[in-house]
Amino acid sequence: MLTKEDIAKRIAKEVKDRYYVNLGIGIPTLVANFVPDGIDVEFQSENGVLGMGPFPFEGEEDADIINAGKQTITTLPGASFFDSAFSFGMIRSKKVDLTILGAMEVAENGDIANWKIPGKMVKGMGGAMDLVASAENIIVAMMHVNRAGESKILKRCTLPLTGVGCVKKVVTELAVLEVTTKGFKLLERAPGVTVEQIIAATEAELIIEGEIPEMVIA
Amino acid sequence: MINKKVNNVQEALQGIENGMTIMLGGFGLCGIPENSIAELVQKETRDLTCISNNAGVDEFGLGLLLKKHQIKKMISSYVGENAEFERQMLSGELDVELTPQGTLAEKCRAAQAGIPAFFTPAGFGTEVAEGKETREFNGKMHVMELAYKADFAIVKAWKGDEAGNLIFKGTARNFNACMAGAAKITIAEVEHLLPVGSLDPNEIHIPGIMVQRIFKGDNFEKRIEQRTVRKK
Repeated sequence: MLTKEDIAKRIAKEVKDRYYVNLGIGIPTLVANFVPDGIDVEFQSENGVLGMGPFPFEGEEDADIINAGKQTITTLPGASFFDSAFSFGMIRSKKVDLTILGAMEVAENGDIANWKIPGKMVKGMGGAMDLVASAENIIVAMMHVNRAGESKILKRCTLPLTGVGCVKKVVTELAVLEVTTKGFKLLERAPGVTVEQIIAATEAELIIEGEIPEMVIA
Repeated sequence: MINKKVNNVQEALQGIENGMTIMLGGFGLCGIPENSIAELVQKETRDLTCISNNAGVDEFGLGLLLKKHQIKKMISSYVGENAEFERQMLSGELDVELTPQGTLAEKCRAAQAGIPAFFTPAGFGTEVAEGKETREFNGKMHVMELAYKADFAIVKAWKGDEAGNLIFKGTARNFNACMAGAAKITIAEVEHLLPVGSLDPNEIHIPGIMVQRIFKGDNFEKRIEQRTVRKK
């Protein structure tokens, strides 16, 4: 079973040279720490910055330079700032190559729900609806089951949707799944996790073809 | 030069009345018009509809107006950091319209640019699209969204001059640059108010034509919501 850091490490392998990448809050933010050497990427944050760098050194925080998670950040050489309309313009016009975000539920048709639990939790969708509606390449980073032990990988989402038919890949502590036109295809399993364990933790049907390799986390 | 300078926040906020719709710039607590919010609390203006990406935190930003029940309706994309907000929303005291962030920004920009409506793919197939016109373009479904109509826009900039030209700093540009000129009257609160001729015209983000009143704010606290650092 993977830790949250391991999930981020596995997703980092999906980041290719010369990609512009938008990272959501939570596990996705960690992906920036594990991008392999020799790969040039720029991280976009939808509040208006391209070329995000690491957190600032203590004492060098600037309240005017934050990411979409409201965390203090730094910028790297070549960075730029822009307004919110422009930021979502570059997202809608597909300049951003890869979007990595968290979710409460993902369905086998690629639907995603991550912004509202009616009557309980209403935080808002932030930029997630814009991102999932426009991005071509969307990877979801999340835990396979919720705190109640219920599968978050479903035939159909039960929570209010964030977007329809948009998720391409899901990486959890148990597995890597690809969303195909026929449903979830099991691509990889976490080290030490069996295919049976993954099936048991998943509400949706899984397409399983041949031997399923273990993920390589490094 | 057409001079937009007013002497203080009181003068700047003249004409804001109960029941009006106000845009306020900022993302989280970054780039919010602190002095104007404090003055609205002071003025006890009520029944406001506020268009702002977030609703502040419990003790700062728009949270100060919420606490005093001065906001009737909030139009935002994300309101997760505010317990009082959540309480008022779930109890029905506060009317809330949650809007995808890019749509919110574009609804401001459309108002700023004189465009009455636009189509975006964001929210198609979700409850955000309910009751809205949808249309297919290039094989993909889109939702029609209308430009906002607001009485006042209150934006915060880093530098400004007496002609109302504005320059923002870092990610404090956010919605401030989209809201300037998007309401009947735009008020700019700036950290540094300079004489005309001090700013290089090449570096101005928002030209003064979009701003009706400009004043120098005092004592910016610039509170940090999530202080994240690494060790040296």
